[in-house]
Amino acid sequence: MSTMIKYEEKELKVVGTRPRRPDGVDKVTGRARYGADYKLPGQLIGKVLRSPHAHARIKSIDTSEAEALPGVKAVVTRDDFPDLAVEYAAAGELTINFHDVTRNMMAREKVLYDGHPVAAVAATCESIARAALKLIKVEYEVLPHVIDVVAAMQPDAPLLHEEQYTEGVKPRPEKPSNIAKRLEFKLGDVEAGFLLADVIIEREFNTKPVHQGYIEPQACLASYTEDGQAELWTSTQGHFVFRAQCAKLLQMDISKIRVTPTEIGGGFGGKNNIYNEPLAIALSRKSHRPVKMVMTREEVFRATGPTSGGNVKVKLGATKDGKITAAQAELSFQAGAYPGSSVSPASMCAFTRYDLQNVLVVGFDVTCNRPKVAAYRAPGAPIAVFGVESVIDEMAKKLGLDPIAFRLKNAARAGTQTYYGVKFGPIGYVETLEAARAHPHYSVPLGPNQGRGIATGFWFNIGNETSATLNINEDGTVTLMLGTIDVAGGSRAAMAMMVAEELGIAFDRVRPHIGDTSSLGFNFITAGSRGTFSSGMASVVAAREAIAKLRARVARIREVPLEAVVWQDGQARPAEASPHQFVPMSLADIAKVAGKTGGTIAGHAEINAQGAGPGFGTHIVDVEVDRQTGAIKILRYTVVQDVGRAIHPAYVEGQLQGGAVQGIGWALNEEYVYGADGILANPGFLDYRIPVASDLPFIDTVIVEVPNPNHPYGVRGCGEVPIIAPLAAIANAVENATGIRFCELPMSPPRVLHAMDKAAGKE
Amino acid sequence: MARHQVTATVNGDAVEFLCETGETLLEVLRDELNLTGTKEGCGTGDCGACSVTVDGRLVCSCLVLGVEAEGRSIETIEGMAVGADLHVLQRKFLEHDALQCGICMSGILIASRSLLERNPDPTESEVRFWLAGNLCRCTGYHKIVEAVLDAAREMRGA
Ligand code: FES
Ligand code: FES
Repeated sequence: MSTMIKYEEKELKVVGTRPRRPDGVDKVTGRARYGADYKLPGQLIGKVLRSPHAHARIKSIDTSEAEALPGVKAVVTRDDFPDLAVEYAAAGELTINFHDVTRNMMAREKVLYDGHPVAAVAATCESIARAALKLIKVEYEVLPHVIDVVAAMQPDAPLLHEEQYTEGVKPRPEKPSNIAKRLEFKLGDVEAGFLLADVIIEREFNTKPVHQGYIEPQACLASYTEDGQAELWTSTQGHFVFRAQCAKLLQMDISKIRVTPTEIGGGFGGKNNIYNEPLAIALSRKSHRPVKMVMTREEVFRATGPTSGGNVKVKLGATKDGKITAAQAELSFQAGAYPGSSVSPASMCAFTRYDLQNVLVVGFDVTCNRPKVAAYRAPGAPIAVFGVESVIDEMAKKLGLDPIAFRLKNAARAGTQTYYGVKFGPIGYVETLEAARAHPHYSVPLGPNQGRGIATGFWFNIGNETSATLNINEDGTVTLMLGTIDVAGGSRAAMAMMVAEELGIAFDRVRPHIGDTSSLGFNFITAGSRGTFSSGMASVVAAREAIAKLRARVARIREVPLEAVVWQDGQARPAEASPHQFVPMSLADIAKVAGKTGGTIAGHAEINAQGAGPGFGTHIVDVEVDRQTGAIKILRYTVVQDVGRAIHPAYVEGQLQGGAVQGIGWALNEEYVYGADGILANPGFLDYRIPVASDLPFIDTVIVEVPNPNHPYGVRGCGEVPIIAPLAAIANAVENATGIRFCELPMSPPRVLHAMDKAAGKE
Repeated sequence: MARHQVTATVNGDAVEFLCETGETLLEVLRDELNLTGTKEGCGTGDCGACSVTVDGRLVCSCLVLGVEAEGRSIETIEGMAVGADLHVLQRKFLEHDALQCGICMSGILIASRSLLERNPDPTESEVRFWLAGNLCRCTGYHKIVEAVLDAAREMRGA
């Protein structure tokens, strides 16, 4: 059973306004407490020993000298954790397998990447913990490694998992492979479609892995008691899912673990997965002291995230008058050390902005000697769409069509059958294209070495299990307890706004909080742009339940039938034309007497929210290419996106701006660089360069609102879509400026310079 | 391990602490003085989350040793508001919704105050280059730059 609430058009008082965020003052005064800010009496500091090799068999681990060091209170290795069988579970947009999760948390037979945890130590201070790591002796048998995805797919490539046979191919392969899975999405007949085409374009693209780049490194604090209870404070996007994973990895009852989410310093999908949390609990269990573990930035780069690098082949056919007849893609994604990349959602997003008859998308999930990938904002979609939107652009040019006109001609609309199964309801793709075309940015004249690019993005958005509780306090104010982490887009405020709207009271009468795992029923991770959609729906359900109780209470107090009482503008009033008239009671009036008239009033929701509305965006970018240095400057940037309904428009703008800038970093500078030794060469913000303020112009935003019919306020979710289009939009703009099509990311100055020299015949 | 006794002023208060030779000012602030408003994003001078001022000069506190604080006056985010009155920058950041996760905020606010002390009327580009050492992964800097420019306007009385 799932919950869907229909959208209703109504006059709004709170939704759509821009009140101050409830977490704001704490964040500008330094009061907000993030993962590393928690402390317990007697706490120890935990540190992790990591593999210095990309691929090696662990022959032995000797921790005796480390254990003997004064100040060291516990050491854990693979021997402290049970081995787990293959068992799948959902964690954000990606699926995990406990057999692999326990190995990624602490290596068992082999280390599979530079930075893979091998042992962990808890000591009275950080310097002792670090000294202890140096005393642990690990004997490795170094094995050949493979970093690149295409190389990893070759039959003679070094093998990460000797027992891994490619899933999804028939008959079952005889030899193991780094290709964990092959998947296929199909509609119509592409071969027949290509026969109808006048023009066919085929291209191959490569992208590098990029890190989520949250500024707060992973941090947690665990305390395990002598009666087997654990408390955990951690910076996470999903405390309930972390609790379930810790319970499984440590073989504990779920009820014995309480997870309190700290304020989160950015996640973007990278904090969907446990890393140090079970280690901290295990160290606390062994040392009988609380243990705090904070990653260094280098550890964050070497052992968490990133998203996949990918190889993407695209083939597109169209008629002379601009109708796409067939679309085909092959996506090969790095999964890192264990299977489970975002190739599946990426495959589903590749062509979904278009109404197509003939589609074939094949995806490969490929293991290689890199950290296990994690979700990153619209997981996988930017990689696939970089290729597809580049080819769309080239096709428009070849056909002599305006890039927006070409897209409009083939655009997905309500009723479009997607190749992954869903038939679209009302969507706003066409509206974003039209708004982009009408935007003044689209017609600003360009100077020399300048170019303009367009690209578009689509993301499903998701719903899922969500709980919320709303308590009417004695003075008529409201405390709203939420279970989805506010990953900082401002969802706490958005939920409080919807509740204020429902109850007919002012925004500042509702105080939202994120509850710990003991305060609410299960909540899935904040991922896939589900927070405001699903927690918003749960909050509305809870508010409506409270209103029903408020009406019943007033009916009892005023001695009138229930139908005689309506809830309007924050008051229980007599229904118009009802024979039973009475003096209205405000929320505060009812709250005052609630205790004596039947008890406190609350509303609850434990739902599985369904009916998430797909989101679409169109981006326009102008670039200038420096012919001397190869540097690409972003001159102007406009994001147009259908968000269904912007509950708090400023936060929606913030999502669109932040997402676009992450995409700009992906397009221009960010990349994981490995040496021939398989060791990460740039594990720091100096050499892994994320966008800084001086790289950017203001990012203009246009919010399009085509309400989601399956949400009480029309919300679609907005966080994922804006990262998808920038990669191709910028590549298209660079092509427009230089005539050179970049099929490799990032378009960093050396690559651009090299390509321009090559085009000029200098090489 | 040798511990040094250090006397300094933090946000106007005289403080005394013990620290190891290799301990950074950032660690001292957070771990010894419990001023956790200053954040560590990298520990290597690349992100600016740990920005504070030492005798009025903007520094990354992860690159300063605790012992170097001897006799100096340090200002952190905890000293930015006066009583219930937020600093104009703090207020403008809230008004412009310039923050999301907020982990970069202490550093960005301290750095922005430093800018406006030196240059009360910065251009957009001056704001962007001054803040180029402060990474923010959430916002794309748009609303941050707007908030700083607006704060400068108000502080100039323009
Ligand atoms: S923590 Fe000091 S600059 Fe990043
Ligand atoms: S608000 Fe999150 S890093 Fe700046």
